[in-house]
Amino acid sequence: MSVAASEAQQTPPEQKKGFELPGWAEKILIPAIVLLIAIVLPLIPSIGENAALMQQMAVALAYVVMALGLNIIVGFAGLLDLGYVAFFAFGAFAVGWFASGHFAYVNNEQGIHLLVGGNTVNLPGIHFNFLIVLVIAVILTTIAGMIIGLPTLRLRGDYIAIVTLAFGEIIGRLAVNLDGTTILGGTPVTAGRQGISPVDRIDLPFLDPFTVLDKKPWFYFALFLVVLVLFVNFRLRDSRMGRAWVALREDEIAAVAMGVPAVKTKLMAYGAGAAFGGLSGAYLASLLNTVNADQFQFSFSILVLAMVILGGLGSIWGVVIGAIVLSILNNWLIPDVINDLPSNVGLEFDMTQITFAIYGFLLLLMMILRPQGLLPERRHQMELTEHAETTDETLYTARS
Amino acid sequence: MEAASIPAGPPASQRVKQLIGTYGLTAVLLIMPVWFAIQDLTDEGNLVRLGENLVAGLSNGAIWALVAIGYTLVYGIVELINFAHGEIFMIGSFISASLIVTLGLTVDSAAVPVFFGLLAALLLAMIGSGTLNVLIERVAYRPLRSAPKLAPLITAVGMSFILQNVGLLWKGGNQQGVPDLLNAQNTLFTVFGVTIENADVLSVVVTIPLLIVMTSFINRSRLGKAMRATAQDPEAARLMGINVDTTISLTFLLGGMLAGAAGLIYAMYQTTIWFFQGFTGGLIAFTAAVMGGIGNLRGAVLGGLIIGFIQQMSDNRIGTEWTPAIVFGYLVLIMVFKPSGLLGEQTRDAG
Repeated sequence: MSVAASEAQQTPPEQKKGFELPGWAEKILIPAIVLLIAIVLPLIPSIGENAALMQQMAVALAYVVMALGLNIIVGFAGLLDLGYVAFFAFGAFAVGWFASGHFAYVNNEQGIHLLVGGNTVNLPGIHFNFLIVLVIAVILTTIAGMIIGLPTLRLRGDYIAIVTLAFGEIIGRLAVNLDGTTILGGTPVTAGRQGISPVDRIDLPFLDPFTVLDKKPWFYFALFLVVLVLFVNFRLRDSRMGRAWVALREDEIAAVAMGVPAVKTKLMAYGAGAAFGGLSGAYLASLLNTVNADQFQFSFSILVLAMVILGGLGSIWGVVIGAIVLSILNNWLIPDVINDLPSNVGLEFDMTQITFAIYGFLLLLMMILRPQGLLPERRHQMELTEHAETTDETLYTARS
Repeated sequence: MEAASIPAGPPASQRVKQLIGTYGLTAVLLIMPVWFAIQDLTDEGNLVRLGENLVAGLSNGAIWALVAIGYTLVYGIVELINFAHGEIFMIGSFISASLIVTLGLTVDSAAVPVFFGLLAALLLAMIGSGTLNVLIERVAYRPLRSAPKLAPLITAVGMSFILQNVGLLWKGGNQQGVPDLLNAQNTLFTVFGVTIENADVLSVVVTIPLLIVMTSFINRSRLGKAMRATAQDPEAARLMGINVDTTISLTFLLGGMLAGAAGLIYAMYQTTIWFFQGFTGGLIAFTAAVMGGIGNLRGAVLGGLIIGFIQQMSDNRIGTEWTPAIVFGYLVLIMVFKPSGLLGEQTRDAG
């Protein structure tokens, strides 16, 4: 039944490739249908009551938010960020620090509470309402994004990749190692590989607090985040800033000569992309109920990058599809379906072991065969294919 | 730059910037050794501990230098960070370790078989890694040579993950022991109280001849000349009758061979290998290449030695779990203070 769910989510946007639809249909009709399907799906009892499936769908939506954020940095602005996991980490730690019992000794072990209800009021530690935590996560990651962006501003494209990668690794190391450094009356900064767990579940005003058993509210909240982020993404892309990003990506010198402020524009790209990462990171931390240093590894950055590349650099709908496809691949297809394939043909390994070789292969294949992605953005496709065509042969023939 | 045209000379802020640009990186690099030297002198009254760090650092750094040359050669010629290079180094380690086990060499083997075994392992690791690197270029980079720069960078990351998993399947997820043929930790002799171990000698004995052969090949031979010409201007080189594709393949071959040699030294030095050594090792070596000035051969060696020293100090005094963070911190600092490195870049768009 999970096959049906995943396929139902995927098919509608892919119809677009086959034939041309009028502009209004493409803009409104298809997204509306997809959204409707997504809303109705959990109401089907066999899907909605299946907590494991709903959890995976919610995770997939969180990945969509994450991929849309990275798409701003890599797809729109053309800055290859290999340390995106840092923003996941900051978002998650916003929850770990401000919405859990981690800092048990603050305020004489009474805890600090802000707009929380239920039993949480009596718990030690810092407990803020989840919406406030989201705001904190966004602010924290935006600042982190800009700080990480700062040293890369003067650098060439490929150096940016390495510096962001280095930052991502440093943040990951700090998350692991700072479990020995204590602050606020004797609590370590992070809980290292043990993880800060449990963390507060989402408790929205006017709604019942979210529970572990019923994953439907989680799914709807993730869906709300996706819609919100999609809206912001479209508005950003078509704004002055969005055009400046694309201009910088295509030709930095020309763009600067035309009066695009390079520093501000790039920092905005880092900030905006990071903010979405933080949003999704905070949600994921609450959903998975842990803030664990092992989550913040380089391979996660590559997973999100693969989503963006698969869908199509700079293409918003493409990235949504890429994220959903890779989530299905990552959480269901590889561990549950083809995991035993190698051992069935006599090889001594499981498919889960080589998950990242699969992603690596995917990156390689996409870049060589279809660099514009599954659902390409028009302008980027031009950029990527035009360049590829200007090989030496075409140059020589043009000259003669 | 603009300030130079003003007759009154550059303003103070410009001069401070220039000073930071020239000496900032050196000052940052000196912080750790000077701090620890003072600490040693006050605590123990001599510099033996720092000296031991230095020796271990230099022999460790020789490994990073060999790997860094691969980065720098490739960057100089195709302007691409070969992300998979660290994994080439890892595969080199695996090849040599496997050969040593296959040959049946153990700690108790006599000197002569050990010598020839190591020589065979060195050659096989170099050939294997070099060939692998050439293949990677064929498959992952050549089809994208005229695509935007982002494309080959992404395939490089992909390739690196594929090789990492090849290593994982080959030797498993845990660290694997390698027969300690040389009694790596045995003291050979001491100088001023600083102990020199067998492993230190091995890394020097392998690295220095390789470096000499490599630099003289690039500076003297016809093919080396072709490499330098292609690095300067591929179009012009092609017009002069140089086969650019072959030259690029040759560059990848040389880089891969050095990484393979580094892999053998690493396996003998650490006596453990695992699939993840290439990722961290690759990043450390890349930091070394950037520190020296990417595209610059001597810079890569210098950077490798410095990084080795930093790494050793950090391992010894701060804690191994912090070493990657410290090395990457240095990488970021270099980028902030002097992206062109200590000895300056030698690439086309270094400007």
